[in-house]
Amino acid sequence: MSAQQVLFDAPGPRTRRIILICNIVGVLIVLAILAWVVSALAGKGQFAASMWTPFLEGRTWEFFILPGLLSTLKAAGIAILTSVTFGLVFGIGRLSHLAPIRWIAGVVVEFLRAVPVLLMMIFFWLALGRSGAVEPQDAPLIAVILALTLYNGSVIAELVRSGVYGLPKGQREAGMAIGLTRNQSLRNIEVPQALIAMLPALISQFVVILKDSALGYIITYPELLQYTRRLGVGEGNVIPSLLVAATIFILINFALSSLATRLSSLLTFRTRAGKPAAKDVVVMDPAST
Amino acid sequence: MESYLSLFETYDVPAAFWVNIQLSFWSAIWALALGTVLALFRISPILSLQWFGAAYVNIFRNTPLTIILAFGFLGLFSVMQISLADDLNLSLFRIAIVGLSLYHAAFVCEAIRSGVNTVPLGQAEAARAIGLGFLPAARLIILPQAFRGAIAPLGNVLIALIKNSTVAAAGSVAAESSSLMKTMIEFRSDLVIPIFLTFALGFVILVIPIGLLTTWASRKLAVAR
Repeated sequence: MSAQQVLFDAPGPRTRRIILICNIVGVLIVLAILAWVVSALAGKGQFAASMWTPFLEGRTWEFFILPGLLSTLKAAGIAILTSVTFGLVFGIGRLSHLAPIRWIAGVVVEFLRAVPVLLMMIFFWLALGRSGAVEPQDAPLIAVILALTLYNGSVIAELVRSGVYGLPKGQREAGMAIGLTRNQSLRNIEVPQALIAMLPALISQFVVILKDSALGYIITYPELLQYTRRLGVGEGNVIPSLLVAATIFILINFALSSLATRLSSLLTFRTRAGKPAAKDVVVMDPAST
Repeated sequence: MESYLSLFETYDVPAAFWVNIQLSFWSAIWALALGTVLALFRISPILSLQWFGAAYVNIFRNTPLTIILAFGFLGLFSVMQISLADDLNLSLFRIAIVGLSLYHAAFVCEAIRSGVNTVPLGQAEAARAIGLGFLPAARLIILPQAFRGAIAPLGNVLIALIKNSTVAAAGSVAAESSSLMKTMIEFRSDLVIPIFLTFALGFVILVIPIGLLTTWASRKLAVAR
């Protein structure tokens, strides 16, 4: 049920007046906050034309923003593929009817979910770079991908598990009835359905992966934030550069989040036979940076 | 083994974790306060506030925390020369708290909103029937039940906040644990894996009890319907 309908009645004339006054006050407060931020920035000359003109030049985009965006997307894209694979393997592992496999998968997933991504990233970066297992210049990218995979893969494993638990019991029973083994029924009947049900949560997790790829900044992986910082230091416009980088991230993530919300209502419609959505908020995993 | 133990004499590992706990504690309080206000905005009948709440959540939820904290150091501290304390390190520490609070407030808002969704329509109708307006109904009827329904998601936000406090490294808070781990590995590369496992275990010990506690509390405090 939408919160708006829950909390208040159709307003009468007096309430409408109060709402109008509050609306005006609200707009004024928001404008006051914005004006304060803008004047603080303008006071330090952040709105001078020279701060923003670099973004009108082709070379800024060619040498800083696009290469940065490209390596961000590269790290995030590979990490999405590997974490879905990891999640499927460990999610099915957690559902195995063999207790040792279930137990090991459970411990691995719970451990990886509790460790900050940044710790894993720094560990892989220094460990790989020093052991000589990979070329030193590749170490940051591999560390970013490994850390994102281990953390987000474990979250996806939990999604797979809860998705399968959410299925009606009849699905497995039907699988058994036509002579499939438990593993066959899990792989051919239950997990594919669970994947569709978990699609919105999965896409929200992709947003998390994309955001977390910015952690590569700390371990010197040259992604969007790193490039825009270099641009900002070079041109003396750190604040505008960071704002542009943030805007790019917001646009991509907002598009993905809206897709997740849309899919969620679409799928609820499909699976609940036309009953209204019980929950209109896709709660995103906040374990994200 | 001896060389491993000697690490703890050279480096103060508990102190680094204490910095993360302090960061998380203060950010949790500010994020809870700000997030509750934002949730109230989003469920209020006032369009401009609804719009503001939605815009805030969408902007901060979709920005990487790393950018927010890097902005705190590169933008607010270096360029704008904003200082929240006389001491340099304390100032950076407080700027990191501001960044962490602003970011997590968006998730707190969504957690509370999902709690509001668990409150049945009848509760709000009953509140209106006995003549309560929006604010009294929210304060006395809706929010208390919403908070009890939101304990599990709020617990998840708290766990994320504790883990995310390591990202304060991007805001140049040098005393926190991920920075110390980096220093320790750089100086003792013979003990890479034991050092990592020490820090990882520290976070497991911090985070898992909170998860168990909030799961228990959300069951214990769930409104029986």
